[in-house]
Amino acid sequence: MTAPTASPPGSPATPVPGDPRAAAPRRRHTTRRVQAIAPIAFVGVTVVLFLLFFVWPGALAVMYSFTNYRGVGEPDFIGLANYQKLLADSTFYGALTRTFLYTVLNVPAHYVVSLAVAVLLASSLAKGKASARVVFFLPWLISPIVAGVIWRWLFGENFGLVNEIIKWFNGTPVHWETDATAALILIIIVSTWGSTAFNMLLFVAAIRNIPRSYLEAAELDGASAWQRFRSITLPLLAPTSFMVILLTTIGSMKEFAMIQSLNGGGPGTQNMFIVQYIYRTGFERADIGYASAASMVLMVILIVVALVQMRLDRKRDLS
Amino acid sequence: MTRLRALPSTLVLWVVSTLYAIPILWFVLSSFKPGSELFSLPLSLFPKTWTLSGYETAWNRFDFQQYFINTATVAIITTILTVVVSAMTGYAFAKYKAVWLKVFFVCILATTMLPTEVIMPSSFIVVRDLGLYDTLAGIIVPSIITATGIFMFRQYFTTVPDELMEAARIDGVGEFRLFWRIMLPLARPIMIVLAIFSFQWRWNDYIWPLLILRDPKNYTLQVALRSIVGADNIDWSVLLAASIISLIPMVLLFIVFQRYIVSADINSGLKD
Repeated sequence: MTAPTASPPGSPATPVPGDPRAAAPRRRHTTRRVQAIAPIAFVGVTVVLFLLFFVWPGALAVMYSFTNYRGVGEPDFIGLANYQKLLADSTFYGALTRTFLYTVLNVPAHYVVSLAVAVLLASSLAKGKASARVVFFLPWLISPIVAGVIWRWLFGENFGLVNEIIKWFNGTPVHWETDATAALILIIIVSTWGSTAFNMLLFVAAIRNIPRSYLEAAELDGASAWQRFRSITLPLLAPTSFMVILLTTIGSMKEFAMIQSLNGGGPGTQNMFIVQYIYRTGFERADIGYASAASMVLMVILIVVALVQMRLDRKRDLS
Repeated sequence: MTRLRALPSTLVLWVVSTLYAIPILWFVLSSFKPGSELFSLPLSLFPKTWTLSGYETAWNRFDFQQYFINTATVAIITTILTVVVSAMTGYAFAKYKAVWLKVFFVCILATTMLPTEVIMPSSFIVVRDLGLYDTLAGIIVPSIITATGIFMFRQYFTTVPDELMEAARIDGVGEFRLFWRIMLPLARPIMIVLAIFSFQWRWNDYIWPLLILRDPKNYTLQVALRSIVGADNIDWSVLLAASIISLIPMVLLFIVFQRYIVSADINSGLKD
């Protein structure tokens, strides 16, 4: 082939001179135009949906947060009144601090458990890994609502199997429903149980990518299993760790569905997290303006969390 | 020697996986107990008399058939749209160079930081003003784009050599045919993994159905279940059975596609 002409196979071996050459610049021109237009066509739907369901609600939330909008009628601009009210709202503070406490406890729990499970599943020593993997995956199939129901059944204060076993060992039954601390611990357990599968999947993939020769060399040099994990595996897992920690942090800050069926944020409103607070204010009390102000606060917190973690991640890369 | 060294890790692995299985096992076994036996002490692990009465009551008292149809409609339609839209978008991000594409890619990644839960009230208003309130479309349309799906396809198409595209272009294949006939079939493994994930997200989704659906005829399984748990006096015998019925499709999906899910190499690390 001498020139990239569009001549179909079987056309005269000697092309009419001038014909392809005359067509070439136009072709190249239209090709370039097609290549500029094509991505617009490919991305178009996404752009529209992104504007409709992320940018528009985001902008509306900013706007509503300065109004007393209640879902019907015209929103009235009331300046910073919603924010001033939020600053003095003890329920809001309660929900926010409870969410922080939960996140601070939840992230290490998720991280340690899913990493430990991944290490076990990737180790060459343990037997029965295939079936164990399936078991660890079962919670992934279960929706947050059903997960809440399952654990509520197991940890029922008066009827649950767990308290029954505690009594059997002559212990005092734990108030999983009426004690706020016990209820929070239960939430953390359920949440960890539910997301082990996904995080473990990330870790197992990353562990598999660690060259075996590193670990074998260290073993020959007499490094113990813990030393090998501490100084080879863990540092090489840093990018995955960053991912898991960031996603778990965001996931914990917006925890909602599972708690709805586990204990509804109880006892009372003592374990009401921030998203549930926004839901109650916005939908049960139809105070959309005020709920939007709370949304803005949560949004700013999430952005700060993401930026700080990315900053830390970059610093680690440089060092 | 090796067998002895394997003992501790094997033991730990089995103990931990048993702990993970117990809640489900206890739940499933309890669902086969008659209502009178559920709370009778001492609790026994296995039902003394096995019965399906809980399942019968649940199936008859609630319009499960309708909930199944609704949930399946939402999950299947959204999944198809998600896979197609993510593939096209990921492909454009991977294979076309333009500044606006780069900027838009960052915007898409940012959506993981700002999930719908955060801006619930105004998201609801948007869907309502679009006239989608209390319709299944109101759940489907906002759920189509996912950063995870787009990212997965982008990563995959980046690994496809540009020479392949150039060769096809020289042969006179247009941009769209190039995508549909050559690129998309290449990405089959990614399509399967994303389809499974998307189906799971939508089957188990709670937040959008909660915001959008009002008429119980439109309820998805999750919202229907929530209405049983939310009752002042929980009917456990029905709730146990109803929850398990709602899990059956996911379990079947898992059995069929197990090898894709368990070995999914999702180092993209984003989740919905």
